[in-house]
Amino acid sequence: MSSAVKGARRTLQGLVAIIVILFAVLTLGVTTHTKGAHWTPGLGLDLAGGHEITLRAVTTDGSTVTQSDLNQAVAIIRKRVDASGTSEASITTAGSVNILVGLPGTPDQATIDLVKKSAQLQFRPVLAEATSTGTATVTPTASPTPTGDTVSPTVLPSVPPSASSTVKPTASAAASGIDTGSPVHEMANVKTGATPTPSATPSPTPAPTTKPATTPTDPSSLSWITPEIQAAYDALDCTTPESRSGRGILGDPKAAFVTCDASDPVKYILGPVEMDGKDVATAASGPHQTQAGTTDGTYEVRLTMTGGGAKKFAATTSRLYDLYKAGSSPRERFAMVLDGVVISAPGVRDGAITGGTAQISGNFTQKSAQDLANQLKFGALPMTLEVQSEQAISATKGASDLQSGMLAGLIGLILVVIYTLFQYRALGAVTIGSLLIAGGLTYLIITLLSWGMGYRLSLAGVAGLIVAIGITADSFIVYFERVKDELREGRSLVAAVQHGWSRARRTILASDAISFLAALVLYMLAVGSVRGFAFTLGLTTLIDLLVVFMFTHPILAILARTKFFGDGHRFSGLDPRQLGRDAIYKGRGRVTTPDGAGEPTLTLAERKAKKAHVAADPAEKE
Amino acid sequence: MANLSNWGNRLHSGETTYPIVAQRKRWFAVSAILVMFAGLVLIFQGLTLGIDFKGGTEYTLSNVGGQSVTIAKDVVTKEFPSEFPTAHSQNDGSILVQFGTIDSAQVEPLGVKLADAYKISVKDVSSNFIGPSWGKDVTGKAVKGLVVFLILVTLVMTAYFRAWRMAVAGLVALLHDLIFTVGIYALSGFEVTPASVIGFLTILGYSLYDTVVVFDKVKENTKDVFSQHRFTYDELANLAVNQTLVRSINTSIVALLPVSAILFIGSFLFGARTLEDISLALFVGMAVGTYSSIFVATPLEVALRDTEPRIRQHTADVLALRNSGGSDVVRPDGTVRVGALVAGHHQGTAAQPRRKPRK
Repeated sequence: MSSAVKGARRTLQGLVAIIVILFAVLTLGVTTHTKGAHWTPGLGLDLAGGHEITLRAVTTDGSTVTQSDLNQAVAIIRKRVDASGTSEASITTAGSVNILVGLPGTPDQATIDLVKKSAQLQFRPVLAEATSTGTATVTPTASPTPTGDTVSPTVLPSVPPSASSTVKPTASAAASGIDTGSPVHEMANVKTGATPTPSATPSPTPAPTTKPATTPTDPSSLSWITPEIQAAYDALDCTTPESRSGRGILGDPKAAFVTCDASDPVKYILGPVEMDGKDVATAASGPHQTQAGTTDGTYEVRLTMTGGGAKKFAATTSRLYDLYKAGSSPRERFAMVLDGVVISAPGVRDGAITGGTAQISGNFTQKSAQDLANQLKFGALPMTLEVQSEQAISATKGASDLQSGMLAGLIGLILVVIYTLFQYRALGAVTIGSLLIAGGLTYLIITLLSWGMGYRLSLAGVAGLIVAIGITADSFIVYFERVKDELREGRSLVAAVQHGWSRARRTILASDAISFLAALVLYMLAVGSVRGFAFTLGLTTLIDLLVVFMFTHPILAILARTKFFGDGHRFSGLDPRQLGRDAIYKGRGRVTTPDGAGEPTLTLAERKAKKAHVAADPAEKE
Repeated sequence: MANLSNWGNRLHSGETTYPIVAQRKRWFAVSAILVMFAGLVLIFQGLTLGIDFKGGTEYTLSNVGGQSVTIAKDVVTKEFPSEFPTAHSQNDGSILVQFGTIDSAQVEPLGVKLADAYKISVKDVSSNFIGPSWGKDVTGKAVKGLVVFLILVTLVMTAYFRAWRMAVAGLVALLHDLIFTVGIYALSGFEVTPASVIGFLTILGYSLYDTVVVFDKVKENTKDVFSQHRFTYDELANLAVNQTLVRSINTSIVALLPVSAILFIGSFLFGARTLEDISLALFVGMAVGTYSSIFVATPLEVALRDTEPRIRQHTADVLALRNSGGSDVVRPDGTVRVGALVAGHHQGTAAQPRRKPRK
């Protein structure tokens, strides 16, 4: 066995190993019922049926939407959709201003509307707070300690030193008091405090809007709490993640509102809206600075109001500070409500904040402070979501499209097979084998990708796969034609395969590189269905290379040494006689002629021997 | 297929040669007329843009069982008197209704009304709503992709062939294919959808793929052009085109077969419009791409190279030698037999005599 054949066998073994490994991974995934692992690739919405919405974030005041704002919007939509019980929804940003939402199946109108709604930031005073530990154990105003976060004016105005010293005690007290199992730093944070929601009904609180019996004097007045509000509050369960994810339910801005905390099982009764996103200029996070100007390792969020917002905030905080001095906890706190859930509910314990800037401190980590600042910034942005495109594909249509696609692929494959057999005879079998291996590899990889990366095959992707049949077969043709050319120049098959390969390899690499480049550019710049197409086209280009290098060439190198191909059988597709060579050089000076008539000519040695024999004994010739 | 094979043999050996490069003026004229025609159609007739580019609303109603399309029109005009919906039956029996942009919140309710009117399930209704500005986005992205791709391709081809003329010729052939295909769309009035744009963009890759294969052979044949005085650069490049002719035909057929299958399925059996739109663009583009790689790209590359003083001098030398009777490549009838430059090679150690195994 020559080294070329050994090399070819090794390469083939490598290919088998790759296929076996891919298959084994998939089998492992499917048999262990790992989430998302199936024998078939996941289908996109246009094949499985579903609803696809493209939204564009538009600001009403011309300010730009940053990536962080867009991510925030995506996070909010995701929370809402998850809470609505829709599974497998995909919500992604597309480009710098677009959000792509895919809802499988036939979502109801309510779910679709949830997606399109813009999120709003509201500031409401806290009227009551409770940790919900389980179902129906809520005592309305039971919240023992004011929790966590405090707001202080940034320009620490005339805060008496004692005031600041009281902050810490409160916070720690809160922490111990609210030991509901939430992480300590959260508590101290006083962030919205833990919000428990025992839920009788998983639905947060579609705030009842009955008017209070007595007219409340100010937004912190307890007379906002009507019996309906109280009942809703008692029924609210904030222990499930769904209940804490908001659904864009904002409640009546002029009435009390019952809702959950975004992160902890804590529920609140809140007063009417006092400020909203429009009153906030911006928010930022950074290390907390003590009065001495040093950092103490904790973080804080700095909130900047607009001109109008500063006045409203001053009025609110001075009232809350009075409540703080009066000790009417938790009413010294105000809640920042984003998309219907409380993201933070700090207390005012250092005096009224009149400067238009405030800092929220507590046990923030760098990340939690950053998150809150981003949420506030997002809430401050006057952003609405405009529907750019909306597609509803019925499952009926998707299934019929998939069927057409598969039928088209099958017909295309059969046509290619017939043509190559006709054109290349037995060599066509190599093409078919290569196509089958390429097909199998593509199927395995797409199935694995749809498991590992959530890839979904779309109709355009199917088209890409079908088109790829032709383009993959192209590289075999380039190779075979090259080998034929070498045969025409008089090489033996083994040499022709080696030589033709070294030439064809460059051509295949160059043209596949161009194809891949096209796919890559399309994928990077395009949106929607074009991407799906580009992805499969790029993938199949790579698989084409793999198959040509690891299957087609090695198998041809091995076949070239068989009698059938090597002797140029007329059905081998590599018959030198049909390629215009009258004779095949058989080595050792022997040549076989086209019709194969007569004995093969003598070898060099035989001719020499004969010559010598004749010279030695001329008589014998007669 | 022995005939094609023999033909291939004669083309390869140079026994039969089509003077494609020599007659390049003819092909340039043909291409120029085609492209100009396509351009004029594009300018005066314009493309029929689908709703994805101009905005609008579209419903596909499946399983309607042959009911009249006017029902759908009536439902739409009743709800939106200012709209002028178009509705027609598709090959798979479904009904396609299209009209202008409405409020996105009304898309779903109208779908329910349409389903009621045809007494079909809401599950059989597909809708597609495109806001007015979305199309601009899609178009902008496609144009940006095209420009980036062309720049990258120029760089890659210049680097690979180490000859900018080849890159330029390849790009011209590419634009030729693209304009022609888009022109066909304008002429036939087929609707341009995102799927057809996918098709156009794929043509870019395919057209270049084809051209690269031909250029590779041109480069190989003309590698040693200056070290001999038997053939001119034009003749060797022409030989390359002829030698790759069989391959070009084979690859085109093989690439076109699956595309035709999609086109056939899409047009006659079912109504998978995405598939149909992609394959129509591909079918036209691939066919014209094969033509351009043979009749436009290489002749253009030769025309560009012929402006080089070195090539011109070499051509003059070769012709002078032939006229003086010093060249052995002229046939008795005065034609030139262009063949492989190198008479023979070492056939590799595998072709050497082997020792007989001892018995």
